[in-house]
Amino acid sequence: MPDKQLAVAYDAELAAITAHVLEMGGSVESQLAQAMYALTHSSAETAQQVVAQEFKVNQMEVDIDRELSAMIARRQPTARDLRLLISVSKAVANLERVGDEAARIARTVQRLVDTDYAKRLRVPINDLNFEASLALGQLRQALNSFARMDTSAALEVLKHDDQIDLEFAGLLRTLITFMMEDPGAIKLSIDLVFVAKAIERVGDHAKNLAEAVIYAVMGTDVRHTAMAQVEDIVG
Amino acid sequence: MNSATTGSASASAPAHPGQSISHFASHAQGRQGNQTKSSKTKVAVRDLNFYYGQFHALKHINLDIPERQVTAFIGPSGCGKSTLLRVFNRMFELYPEQRAEGAVTLDGEDILSKKLDVSLVRAKIGMVFQKPTPFPMSIYDNIAFGVRLFEILPRAAMDERVEWALKKAALWNEVKDKLNQNGASLSGGQQQRLCIARGIAIKPEVLLLDEPCSALDPISTGKIEELIHELKVDYTVMIVTHNMQQAARCSDFTAYMYLGDLIEFGATAEMFMKPKKKDTEDYITGRFG
Repeated sequence: MPDKQLAVAYDAELAAITAHVLEMGGSVESQLAQAMYALTHSSAETAQQVVAQEFKVNQMEVDIDRELSAMIARRQPTARDLRLLISVSKAVANLERVGDEAARIARTVQRLVDTDYAKRLRVPINDLNFEASLALGQLRQALNSFARMDTSAALEVLKHDDQIDLEFAGLLRTLITFMMEDPGAIKLSIDLVFVAKAIERVGDHAKNLAEAVIYAVMGTDVRHTAMAQVEDIVG
Repeated sequence: MNSATTGSASASAPAHPGQSISHFASHAQGRQGNQTKSSKTKVAVRDLNFYYGQFHALKHINLDIPERQVTAFIGPSGCGKSTLLRVFNRMFELYPEQRAEGAVTLDGEDILSKKLDVSLVRAKIGMVFQKPTPFPMSIYDNIAFGVRLFEILPRAAMDERVEWALKKAALWNEVKDKLNQNGASLSGGQQQRLCIARGIAIKPEVLLLDEPCSALDPISTGKIEELIHELKVDYTVMIVTHNMQQAARCSDFTAYMYLGDLIEFGATAEMFMKPKKKDTEDYITGRFG
């Protein structure tokens, strides 16, 4: 018969590792928001802070992975515990990528800031900020669903992923038009295409995180599954 | 555990036994590829009740054990898993106050029937116990003793059978030069493999292992588990274990029992990843009680 105290300690470890994932999620969320601030305000200083934060996020990934390996070795988890830890592993990998995307945007800002781009050329900053607000909303919702292991919230994330894709497609059209109108704007526009793509990728990572939540709770892998089917599964 | 839950669990099993088994077996096939030969039911249990005097130890058990697969029984102490194993080779008949009701069939033949000689049942369904129980005789005779009960073999054939059984039990290399030594002189792990060799020497069809590794160190345990994996090519193996990880490692199917009820039965990979019942999940994740 398992000792009750052991299960309490086990639950505490699982709660701790979940908390660390959420902490990492908070960090990359603010990293992305700061990167967009740097882009909007041509702030080299903020961009530098975002790049510097990447080191911290990478360290969090390594620490959580170490924690995870130790738990698997010591606890030999099964069923919902195993599924939770598999989800933690996926969540950590995806959040680290979000951090990478934020740092990518910040480095673009660092490169562009000396060109005084905001004054010289047209930048669809409102559209980029709108796309980023969608991505941040998705990320926040995915993290909330992870914190509460809430499959309904996770399902909402999956349902709304298309919006970011549409926004990205719209931005791409806009930037292509700029490039066609003014060959001098090509270099900047390509940089902005990469920014828009980075934001779109954040949406994908939020989606992956939401799928990991559904897996942890229900034990069903909903990746690469049609939305109607996912809705049936989540119920 | 309320009786309604467990009742429905055990009652639901006979409704579609064939369907559930073939469904699970196809999972196991997918997972193991070359291992699975058939999903045929070897041992079928129907509405089995078992009593120790007044105590109702097994309640309306319905179960289909697939052929040439390893089925593990898990559950807390006193849940009835060892009792069920003892029913399978009529070990309980040694005790007059113990009785089984219902049917247990081996390839369709009711093995609980009094018409069937118990020694013939045990020739087909061998059993290895928790504590190694070598006979106080030589390693050779430990194997030959059981064989002589059922077959009269010339010396050369008996030598061959002993060697075959010891090789099957992955013990031959360690004992081939000391077959005349007393079985008790072997280490715990070797003694247990000797008991398995003794069990398979009479060429049974089903092998029952009642916590075969609980008294063994991890190396010996590893050897026995490897052996179980190899034995299922020829035998239907059932193992009772308190070690959940062992059940997860060794078995193709797992049955979770609690207070005499069969709570859940299914493919092991599924059971340890996504059990259907909360009671099962609580037990295998250590949240039980």
